[in-house]
Amino acid sequence: MKNEYEKYYVPAQSPWPIIGAVGLFFIAVGSGLSIMQMGKEASSGVYLLLAGIAVIIYMLFGWFKNVIDESMSGLYSKQLDISFRQGMAWFILSEVMFFFAFFGALFYARMLSVPWLGGADNNAMTHEVLWNGFEAVWPLLTTPSGETTQAMGWQGLPLINTLILLTSSVTVHFAHVALEKNKRAQLKIFMVLTVLLGVGFLTLQVEEYIHAYQELGLTLESGIYGNTFFMLTGFHGLHVTLGTIMLFVVMLRIFKGHLSANNHFAFLAAAWYWHFVDVVWLCLFMFVYVI
Amino acid sequence: MTAVTEDNHDSHQEHHEATGIKRWLYTTNHKDIGSMYLIFSLIMFLIGGAMAMVIRAELFQPGLQLVEPHFFNQMTTVHGLIMVFGAVMPAFVGLANWMIPMMVGAPDMALPRMNNWSFWILPFAFSILLASLFMEGGGPSFGWTFYAPLSTTYSNDNTALFVFSVHMMGMSSIMGAINVIVTIVNLRAPGMTWMKLPLFVWTWLITAFLLIAVMPVLAGTVTMVLTDKYFGTSFFDAMGGGDPVMFQHIFWFFGHPEVYIMILPAFGIISTIVPTFSRKKLFGYASMVYATSSIAFLSFIVWAHHMFTTGMPLAGELFFMYSTMLISVPTGVKVFNWVATMWRGSISFEVPMLFSIAFIVLFTIGGFSGLMLAITPADFQYHDTYFVVAHFHYVLVTGAIFSIMAGVYYWLPKWTGYMFDITLAKWHFWLSLISVNVLFFPMHFVGLAGMPRRIPDYALQFADFNAIISIGGFAFGLSQLLFVAVVYKCIKGGDKVPAKVWEGAEGLEWEVDSPAPYHTFSTPPEIKD
Repeated sequence: MKNEYEKYYVPAQSPWPIIGAVGLFFIAVGSGLSIMQMGKEASSGVYLLLAGIAVIIYMLFGWFKNVIDESMSGLYSKQLDISFRQGMAWFILSEVMFFFAFFGALFYARMLSVPWLGGADNNAMTHEVLWNGFEAVWPLLTTPSGETTQAMGWQGLPLINTLILLTSSVTVHFAHVALEKNKRAQLKIFMVLTVLLGVGFLTLQVEEYIHAYQELGLTLESGIYGNTFFMLTGFHGLHVTLGTIMLFVVMLRIFKGHLSANNHFAFLAAAWYWHFVDVVWLCLFMFVYVI
Repeated sequence: MTAVTEDNHDSHQEHHEATGIKRWLYTTNHKDIGSMYLIFSLIMFLIGGAMAMVIRAELFQPGLQLVEPHFFNQMTTVHGLIMVFGAVMPAFVGLANWMIPMMVGAPDMALPRMNNWSFWILPFAFSILLASLFMEGGGPSFGWTFYAPLSTTYSNDNTALFVFSVHMMGMSSIMGAINVIVTIVNLRAPGMTWMKLPLFVWTWLITAFLLIAVMPVLAGTVTMVLTDKYFGTSFFDAMGGGDPVMFQHIFWFFGHPEVYIMILPAFGIISTIVPTFSRKKLFGYASMVYATSSIAFLSFIVWAHHMFTTGMPLAGELFFMYSTMLISVPTGVKVFNWVATMWRGSISFEVPMLFSIAFIVLFTIGGFSGLMLAITPADFQYHDTYFVVAHFHYVLVTGAIFSIMAGVYYWLPKWTGYMFDITLAKWHFWLSLISVNVLFFPMHFVGLAGMPRRIPDYALQFADFNAIISIGGFAFGLSQLLFVAVVYKCIKGGDKVPAKVWEGAEGLEWEVDSPAPYHTFSTPPEIKD
C-alpha cells in the first residue's frame, strides 16, 4: 500500500513568479499610462508597457525552461500530470466566462436595450421624447445618436475563416491521435498544418478588419453593433494568436523530439485551448455574423 | 486518524535554499505563502480601516469639516475596494494556503510556483490603486461598484490605472482559485473521501469555483468601462444603443457571487470551530455541504436584487425577489446546524469560540436585514440608504472579518507553536464586539429614516446617531490594534502548545507538531475513521 505512492514533486524556490509579478506590474502601469497619454505628448507609458512585455517574455522562457527540464528529467509523477490537466481545464473555464461577459452584453443589447430604445415594452414615451425616429433593428446600423455604418456579411471571409478553424480543430485532433500512436512523421505534418491554419485565420481576420474599417465604415466606435463585433472578434483573435503561439512552441518541441505518447501535457494544453477558441468562434459566427 | 509526518526533504532541492528577503520572494511553500497572504491582508485591513476612520471623522458632524467631497468619494471607493479585494479575500486565501494542504493530507498546494505568483501580484496591484490616490486628479471616486456613467463619462483620467489594477487582482484570484480546486480534487490523501473532507475545505472548493466563474466577468466589465471611457465604445451609453443599466447587470453578475466568495469560507471556519469547543460532532455535516452548494448555485440567479429601482420589468423584479428569498433556506439550515451543534454540548468559551458565537448571532442579524432588502417594494425605501450599509457591514465585518479573526485565533498556536495572550485576545474580542455594534447598529435607524449612503454631509436630524456611529467606529478601529499586538506577541513567543492545541479539535492539522513543520505529509497520511 505504502510503496504504490509516487512522490509529488514540490519545486524548490523559484525566481520566476516574482519576476512575472514585476512584469505584470509594468504592463498594468504601462497600459494604464499609455491609454491616459493618448493624444498627449508624454509617452512614458508605452516604454513601461514594452519593458513589462519584455520582462514577461523573459519570465515565460525561464519558467517554461524550468518546467520542461524538470519534466524531461523525470521528476514529474502521474499525479502531477493530473494537476496540470485540471489546472488547464479550470483556466479554460475562466476564459469561457470572460467571453460570457461580452456575449452577455451582445444579448442584452440585441434583446433588451436596442428594442427598449425603439419603444418596446413600456418605453413608448422614452422613444417618443428622447429617441424619436430611432428604429430598433439588428444589426444596428443607425445608432440613436444618428451614426451610421454597414453590416458585416457572413458569406465571405467569415465563412472561410469558420471552415479554416474547424479544419484546424480536426488536424490538431489527428495530431493527437498520431502522437498517442507514436507516429512522429504524421504528428509533425498535422502540427505544421494546424499552425499554418491558425496563421491563415489570423491573416484573413486582419483582411476582414481592413475591409470593415475602410469599405464598410464599421469601426469600434460604430455604436453597440460595432462595439460588440470588434470586442468579441478582437478578443477571440487575441486568443487565437495565443493558441497559435502555444501550438507553435509545441510544434518546435515535437521537432526537437520532446513529448512522448504517454507524457505530453504541453500538447494537450495547447490542443484543448485550440478547441476552446474553435467553440468560441462557432458561437461568434452564429450570433455575431449569421443570426 | 493517524498521520505520518516527515520533516526530511530531498537534499538536492534544499541545499541552496535562499534566506532572508529572497526566501519570501522565491518561496513555493504553502505555509510561507499563506503567511504572506495573511500579513498582506492585515496591512490592507489597517489601510482600508484608516480610510473608514476618515469617513467617520467627516460624518461625525453634519456639514463639511475635514475633507473635500471629491476626496470623501475616493475614500468610500478605495475603502470598499481594499476591504473586498485586499483584506477579506486575501485573508481567506491565506487561510486556505495554510490549512487546506494540511487538512487534506497533501505535501503542498498542487501548483506551488503559481501559488507564489498569485500572491506577489497583489502587492503590485494595490500599489497601483493606492498610488492613483496621490496622482493629479485623484484616485477612483465612483464607489467600489464603479457604476457607469460615473466610471465612464464622469470619472477622472486615472481610471485606466484602476482598470488595470483590478485586472491584476482578478488574475491573482483566478490563479489562487485554480490552485485551491486542483489541490482539493487531486491531492487528497488516500482515504480522504469527499464526505470526509473538513467543511472548511468543502466551502473553499465551492468558493474557488465561484471565483473562476465570476472574476473573468469582472475583467470583462472593467474592460468595457475602459473602452467606453477611452476608445469610444458605447456599451453603457444609450446614444450608441447601449444601456447604463447593462453595466449593473454585468457587474452584479460578478458582484453577487463575489459576496458569497467572501462568506462561504467563513461558514467553513465557523463549522470547524463550533464543534471543537462544543465537544460534539458537527450537526448535519451532509446538509452543510448541500446547503453550501445550493447557496453557490443561487448566487448566480439573484444578481438583480441590487437593481430593484432601475426600472426592470415587473417579471424581473418578482423573479429576483423570490430567488433571493430562497437563499435564506440553505442559510437557515446552516445557522440551525451551528446552534444544534452547540445544543447540549459541553461548551467552553475560548477566544475562537467567542468570535464564532458572535459571528452566528451577528451574521444572522445581517442575514435578516438582507431578507428585508430582498422584498422589492420595501427595497424602494431602503435602496442606497445607510440601511444597506448596515446590512453589508453586518455580514462582512461581523460575518467575514469575525470569522477570519476566529480562524486566526484558532490556528495561530498551530502556526507559531505558542499560545497567544488570552487576556489581551479577550479584550480584543469584547471591545470589538461592543464597538462594532455601536458602529453599525444605529446605521439601520438612520438608513430607515432615509439617510443616503456615500454622501459627506447629511440632514440635521441624523446628527446624534452619526456621532454615536463615529465613536463606535473609532473604538472598533483602535481595538484592532490589540489584534496586531496579540499576533505580534504570539509570533515572538509564549507558552508552548502541544500538537493538539484544543483538546476537542479534530482533523489532520492537529496530528502534526506545533508549530507545523515546514514540509508536512511528503508521504500521505493514512486516513482511518
